[in-house]
Amino acid sequence: MNKLVRIELYKIFTKPRTYIGFGAVFLIVVAIQLGFYFEGEEILDFVIQNLKDSFLFEGKLINVYTVSYIVLTSLWIHVPILIALVTGDLIAGEANSGTFRLILTRPVSRTKLLFAKFFAGWTYTYLVIILMIVLSVGLGSILFGSGDLLILKGTLNIFKAEDALWRFALAYSYGILSMTVVASLAFMLSAFAENSIGPIIGTFAIIIGITVISTLGFSMLRPIIPFLFTTYLPAWQLFFDYELDYGKISRAVFTDLAYIILFLSVAFYHFRKKDILS
Amino acid sequence: MEKEVYLELENVSKKYGTINAVNSLSLKVFKNDIYGFLGPNGAGKSTSIRMILSLITPDSGKIKLFGKDLSVDRYTTLSRVGALVEKPDFYPYLTARKNLEILGRLSNVKNLDAKIDEVLDLVKLSSRQHSKVKTFSQGMRQRLGIAQSVLHDPDLIILDEPGNGLDPQGQKEMRVLIQKLNVERGITFVISSHILAEVEQLANRMIIINKGKSLVEGEVSELLEGGGILVTIEISNPEKALLVASKFESAQDAELSENNSLRLRIPRERIPELLAEFEKDAVKVYSVIPARSLEDYFISKIGNE
Repeated sequence: MNKLVRIELYKIFTKPRTYIGFGAVFLIVVAIQLGFYFEGEEILDFVIQNLKDSFLFEGKLINVYTVSYIVLTSLWIHVPILIALVTGDLIAGEANSGTFRLILTRPVSRTKLLFAKFFAGWTYTYLVIILMIVLSVGLGSILFGSGDLLILKGTLNIFKAEDALWRFALAYSYGILSMTVVASLAFMLSAFAENSIGPIIGTFAIIIGITVISTLGFSMLRPIIPFLFTTYLPAWQLFFDYELDYGKISRAVFTDLAYIILFLSVAFYHFRKKDILS
Repeated sequence: MEKEVYLELENVSKKYGTINAVNSLSLKVFKNDIYGFLGPNGAGKSTSIRMILSLITPDSGKIKLFGKDLSVDRYTTLSRVGALVEKPDFYPYLTARKNLEILGRLSNVKNLDAKIDEVLDLVKLSSRQHSKVKTFSQGMRQRLGIAQSVLHDPDLIILDEPGNGLDPQGQKEMRVLIQKLNVERGITFVISSHILAEVEQLANRMIIINKGKSLVEGEVSELLEGGGILVTIEISNPEKALLVASKFESAQDAELSENNSLRLRIPRERIPELLAEFEKDAVKVYSVIPARSLEDYFISKIGNE
């Protein structure tokens, strides 16, 4: 199993497309940070101009935590695409390139191979988010220094620096879980496809499609919205409420876990029986 | 002593929708055979090969490799099999050596580095081992395909169209390599090919299938030469040669062709005696050409369908 995982990781990290994800995260985070570095004060003045009549703001408001929160908000739209780009290719890419004919004619268990592929894909997902953390918190600390976290989230939430850090840790941890759902969905679609375009576009189409339908709020769909995984993609924001709502957080975590199990079960069941015709 | 059966298919069938891709196919490949697997396009050759390699699951029937049921003992049986199925596809962004490293690890090859050196040398790709496969020509990929199929010292190698993409020189080298591996290492081969001359020169046993069904299976020499082979003999004195041939006991259907060559059917082992008779009667022999080729035989079998 270790051998298979090492091989799959090697294949992922020697593929040029893998670095599109890391490159995109790097560019977006650095662009946002540079924007705030040079024009942060004007942007913040604009955002809080109405609040200035009621509140007195003191201290360093443009700091690592405030910028990291903004990075998180904007990046969470892009990360699913970057995840699907690699995980959607894990199985379909082999079918498309004809290499299943090479590896599945060797004494390799299909189940173990799929586990190895998913684990390698998950490692990539994890590393993309780690890069986000390193860049937004690490580079952000150098550029902006520490300070209190200021969030406009329906209400004005202000957290002390020491209070912000663990919230970010939990938000990123939840982010890894919700992105694993996206990776599992792309992986499942990949098991059915013969080329990687379908699963990559399919994953994003499903996420956008369900999100749009949920947002429109059709009354007949309202009962199922709490059971859709897309409902919980932005649930990392729950960790930036003053009082953590453990009920909502648990529901998000369990729904994500249920979808991961569902998507992977379908992928494994299908692939174990699949005729390799490519 | 009965020969050991390395591969056996018993009434294997596979349907795609309403189409019978393979229909109750049975065959036997013995140890040390070079077994020709012939059939026109769409006959079911590739589907059969994919079923033998567990890429496709049969709807019914049994596949045995080295006497063991493939569906029960896939791991140990496949570890003794090498294969090149259809075109040789590799990871194009990796070098030839890295591709072999991955495949060698999957096959649990011991002393992998030395083994890779050996197979790269065998297929004459050592000088390009660090080039990415995407820069390889079709012929080089084909050779790399052969290299990966022998990497784990298999007892049985299944090659689907091994001559594809190779120039005549490359095809000849491939035939020499297969014969060498068969003789020197005792590797059994199953070769599917549409290049009939290739199979004719290599195979000792063969099967011809069409529409998923077996038409004929057996020793190549027996199938092609049952009742003697048809030969065309280019001679100096046609009338005299015809007279000699007519009197020769084992020669049948002797006649002169339009270009004054002699055509007759004769058991292969009697040809030297006939030539000696010609020499005795001062008939010079310029050439002896077997007219009954695998191509004729193949077409006659397929044509009857």
